[in-house]
Amino acid sequence: MLQDRPEPAGSVPTDESPRAAPPLRVSVDLNRCQAYAQCCYAAPGHFVLQGREALYYDPAPSAADRLVVERARIACPVQAIHVESPGTDRR
Amino acid sequence: MTDASEHAIVVGASLAGLRGAESLRRAGFTGRITLVGSEAHAPYDRPPLSKHVLMGHVPADATTLPNLHPLDAEWRLGVAARSLNRRDRILTLADGETLAYDRLLIATGARARPWPDTAQARFAGVHTLRDRDDATALHRDLAARPGHVLVIGGGFIGCEVAAACRALDLPVTLVEPGPTPLARVLGEHLGAVVGALHAGIGVTVRSHTRVEALYNDGTGRVVRARLDNGSSIAASVVVVALGAVRNTEWLDASGLAFDEGGVDCDAAGYVLDTEGRPDRRIAAAGDVARFPHPLYGGRRVALEHWGHAVAQGEHAGRLLAEAEPGEPYAELPAFWSSQGGITIKSVGLTEGADGLVIAQGDPKAGRFLAVYGREGRCIAAVSFDCARWLPAYAERIAAGASFPPPAGASDSGALTILPPSFPAEPR
Ligand SMILES: Cc1cc2nc3c(=O)[nH]c(=O)nc-3n(C[C@H](O)[C@H](O)[C@H](O)COP(=O)(O)OP(=O)(O)OC[C@H]3O[C@@H](n4cnc5c(N)ncnc54)[C@H](O)[C@@H]3O)c2cc1C
Ligand code: SF4
Repeated sequence: MLQDRPEPAGSVPTDESPRAAPPLRVSVDLNRCQAYAQCCYAAPGHFVLQGREALYYDPAPSAADRLVVERARIACPVQAIHVESPGTDRR
Repeated sequence: MTDASEHAIVVGASLAGLRGAESLRRAGFTGRITLVGSEAHAPYDRPPLSKHVLMGHVPADATTLPNLHPLDAEWRLGVAARSLNRRDRILTLADGETLAYDRLLIATGARARPWPDTAQARFAGVHTLRDRDDATALHRDLAARPGHVLVIGGGFIGCEVAAACRALDLPVTLVEPGPTPLARVLGEHLGAVVGALHAGIGVTVRSHTRVEALYNDGTGRVVRARLDNGSSIAASVVVVALGAVRNTEWLDASGLAFDEGGVDCDAAGYVLDTEGRPDRRIAAAGDVARFPHPLYGGRRVALEHWGHAVAQGEHAGRLLAEAEPGEPYAELPAFWSSQGGITIKSVGLTEGADGLVIAQGDPKAGRFLAVYGREGRCIAAVSFDCARWLPAYAERIAAGASFPPPAGASDSGALTILPPSFPAEPR
């Protein structure tokens, strides 16, 4: 379990130009999460189940991946995934 | 209802503060909102800091929290609140600015309890872990592959840091004065399971042991620690994980009831003055709030749980927006931790438990759920890689159902009640 830890795409800083859209903001309520892994099927690069129940997610996916991250959010049966909605004032 | 000319100030721009401000808006607060935060960063999530950030999978600055509701707020980041004058309803900031408020949310959280010897605490290589900058510094030291890491304190943060070191294949010793890691929260019975989990991933666990002093190499870099049994161990990185101290000093002249364990609130979440009277313009939420929990006989508790900061922040926002008539805050406490690939989850409060049963699974198989009871009622449940059972037991706890619970479907016979074995003196 400790070896061969998968590295979600997007957790590695990329050489995007500074003018690229800022990354998305994602958080998961891991109290709610029941490790159903639906998010991992919907957005395999951004959500990974490590061990039986430890969900590892990318908290700052690239804005280009919004659709797939949204798909994961919607797929979660317990609505544990929060993605910043467009139009909220950023800080 | 509040009106549009009102000004709400949120002190502490982290999880409870952000969710509290959003909740004010959701509850219909139309006035100005200002968030004051001593950190220069936008609100960010802390749980990854002791897990994936240390392992190098997530950069420390990548955990900025999503906004979940439009805020339309003003921000004062990088400046702390210095004092509170409740008579004139004025908050003074560290840079001298004064802000008048109509509603105030206290969400200043907690900080890491420092190593008691200030000179030793300043040695290079000695860390605490609470904020993003701490995580950046510790990650940098771990990435340099130190010869040996010493973690002082076997609470959740200490255990997670030790496990992260092993994931990085670094040699690490966890020193804990109690009988096992996590004994204060889980009791010695489950603490022993945690100790075995850590031993299994290669952490050297030294229980019943205290670190007495740290030594440097003459240039100010830590090299060694002396233990209370007279022996010493080499350590080029030391992580001090001795729990948290609430950020309440700025309330000194406020007339509110507080100490380093939190600011006192009534059941609704309004803060109390030193005479025990609520101030209905001020609420507190998150790690800093100490409040009577209705599920635990009104005993005052201050929780350090992510889910609690969210739920109490949201509650306080509704309270200050006058959207609800001072209902008591009664969210069932819940937290998770992941260490060494195992996810530990808990609902309820184990403190004061007089019995424990393994209600599902088997500790030897690494997957189980334990229920804690007190005076014949279920008060808490803790799962190790067994989270799907937890909601069912959460319901039993919230309902005050009788303890022990019935045996799980797959188990045969009645459950054996074991002593949870909490260490005698609270530390
Ligand atoms: C490393 C780490 C890992 C964790 N992991 C888990 C976990 O796995 N599961 C779990 O349930 N919980 C976990 N927690 C606990 C959880 O993160 C906290 O309960 C939560 O952050 C509390 O939020 P808060 O907003 O109340 O306080 P905090 O997050 O402490 O925020 C308080 C903010 O107020 C600011 N502040 C302080 N004084 C002032 C002042 N005078 N003026 C202005 N601002 C001020 C502080 O700088 C800080 O930004 C973890 C905590 C840490 C530190
Ligand atoms: S889909 Fe939801 S419950 Fe399942 S692993 Fe993802 S976040 Fe957790």
